[in-house]
Amino acid sequence: MSSDLETQDHGAPTFAIVMPGQPGDNPTTPKNVPHKGGAVNPSVDDLRVKFGAAIGRHEVGWGETTVYVERTKVREICAWLQSDPSQSYEYLSDVTAVEYRDQVRPIEVVWHIRSLKFRRFLRLKVELPKDGKTPLDVPSVWPVWKGADWLERECYDMFGITFAEHPDLRRILLWEQYKEGFPLRKDFPLRGRFSRAEQLKNALAADPEARYSMEEISVLEAFTDLPADMRKRLGGGEKVGE
Amino acid sequence: MATLVGESGKKTRMVEMEIKPRSLESGFAGGMEPEFEGEHMLINIGPQHPATHGVLRLVLELDGETVVRCIPHVGYLHCGFEKIGEYRQYNQIIPWTDREDYLNSMGNNVAFVLGAERLFGIEITERCTVLRVIAMELSRIISHLVWLGTTCIDIGAFTPFLWSFQERENVYKLLEGWTGARLTTSGTRVGGMIADVPDGWVDGLKGFLERFPKTLDQCDRMLTRNAIWVGRTVGLGVMSPEEAMNYGLSGPMLRASGVAYDVRKDFPYLDYETYDFDVPVGTNGDVYDRFLVRQQELRESVRILEQAVKRLPDGPVNVDDPRVILPSKTKATSEMESMIHHFKLVMEGPRPPIGETYVPIESPKGEKGYYFVSDGTAKPVRWRIRPPSYVNLSAIPKMVEGHLLSDVIAINASIDIVMGEIDR
Repeated sequence: MSSDLETQDHGAPTFAIVMPGQPGDNPTTPKNVPHKGGAVNPSVDDLRVKFGAAIGRHEVGWGETTVYVERTKVREICAWLQSDPSQSYEYLSDVTAVEYRDQVRPIEVVWHIRSLKFRRFLRLKVELPKDGKTPLDVPSVWPVWKGADWLERECYDMFGITFAEHPDLRRILLWEQYKEGFPLRKDFPLRGRFSRAEQLKNALAADPEARYSMEEISVLEAFTDLPADMRKRLGGGEKVGE
Repeated sequence: MATLVGESGKKTRMVEMEIKPRSLESGFAGGMEPEFEGEHMLINIGPQHPATHGVLRLVLELDGETVVRCIPHVGYLHCGFEKIGEYRQYNQIIPWTDREDYLNSMGNNVAFVLGAERLFGIEITERCTVLRVIAMELSRIISHLVWLGTTCIDIGAFTPFLWSFQERENVYKLLEGWTGARLTTSGTRVGGMIADVPDGWVDGLKGFLERFPKTLDQCDRMLTRNAIWVGRTVGLGVMSPEEAMNYGLSGPMLRASGVAYDVRKDFPYLDYETYDFDVPVGTNGDVYDRFLVRQQELRESVRILEQAVKRLPDGPVNVDDPRVILPSKTKATSEMESMIHHFKLVMEGPRPPIGETYVPIESPKGEKGYYFVSDGTAKPVRWRIRPPSYVNLSAIPKMVEGHLLSDVIAINASIDIVMGEIDR
């Protein structure tokens, strides 16, 4: 009986050893990487030719190239880097932000992108000055790489940076009703804004049923059945999903 | 739906149900069945559900048994690792890396120090390089075995779970002999390892490498051509190569879709380019191909380990660099200079130069990267984890929509998530 099962052939495992990148190009472990200087990613020059003034300074540190770009042009630049066959940055590794301990140094939004074909790595940065005038807002790269969805949501959750035209920019790791601010900002204390006792009190007072997101409630059409605070929040004109 | 106020004063919602005797008059017979067509149902899975592999919560909108929409919720385990890291010295962060992806703790330890060493400008010793390769491949074996076992349970096969968890225990015994802990190894330090492997440890590893492929063969015979297994995995959660890249998938998820991106090959570290191993690549990008890829990766890990054991050189494990490595206790108590180094290292911690670096490794789940930003002080300004299973999980709505409810479990299992890493 068991032989019956074993002889059934559901298609043998098919494995093909395919390598991205160009043939004959065998990368090796980087050794003795210099702190400053070193080879610049060739995409930087192409970016300057294509976008001119929208590209700011570039730095090479520990063998990685960083390019500062203009805030409003991010999506355009990313779309070109992704789709142009001479660049082909098809892979978005990470979207995050950095706030320095310095009071005046701008917050930086960081994109780590990768070309699998050319085995290149590029770090794009946008500086958002903390002068109170510049909005903490950058264009979303979700239309270019779908993988940016949760990464941008996390960045919003932790730093309060909004990503324009992101389809669903909600908090992700913290809950939607979280009101204490943005934890990875330097003005956020390590232990949170409230004492343990206050946090416990707040948690116990919270309505455990207010756990569905607005998007889900639009599915339920159970608006009238909601707890009062959520009804108020939704009634106040907050965006209800698509 | 009615709202009642209970004794505690808290509102309780309950569904009003009218219990009627089932008779001909009640309408259930004679073609008078209640009409449910076109009505969608909302189902909540998790956060406390064994098949969600942790505290994942999925809200599913169902049309009959077909998933129309899936909304995942994460964050139940959020502990703020990245925030805590900004208040710790580099070596003090290593215990946190154990706890994010706890199935790959040794791999995370190595990944963390690889990034930190790039930042400090340290070149590690030959023996340390090979030991770290051994550590990473052992944790890859652990992670894939846990994946195999839990996925088998999800889909309904119990025996491979026992086999794989038994072998996993053997690897844990090895790691315990080396670092003193099974899961929370904290096995590395900036510039070296917590300790050299003890006497006879390599023989234990050799014995494991002899036995382990037999277990793999057993699982292979049990699953790969098993009609039930194949029927429950083929054609589920298909991602095309373009989609997989666009969604940022990595690791076995990406390779099952046919993109041969492996950080060990494309952006090598720890001299991985000198090892002879293959990158298995699937063709269909479904759950079955992910299983095949992971199964083959286990064999490739064994190949790498065999080579690493052969080439393991003698010599020191830690670099000879008083900036980062503590002097021996004898030296610290007898030599003035060593005592100062010891004091400064413990009290102030090593200080990297100003700069930033992003170092990716191939974790069992995919591309895991640690991004450090240093302002020249002993604590990083920013320590960022690029979590592979977080990005992989973000594609779950795309993968499950249109499939049956029971297949959601299989697809979710195939992503190989670890909630510790997703929520951090």
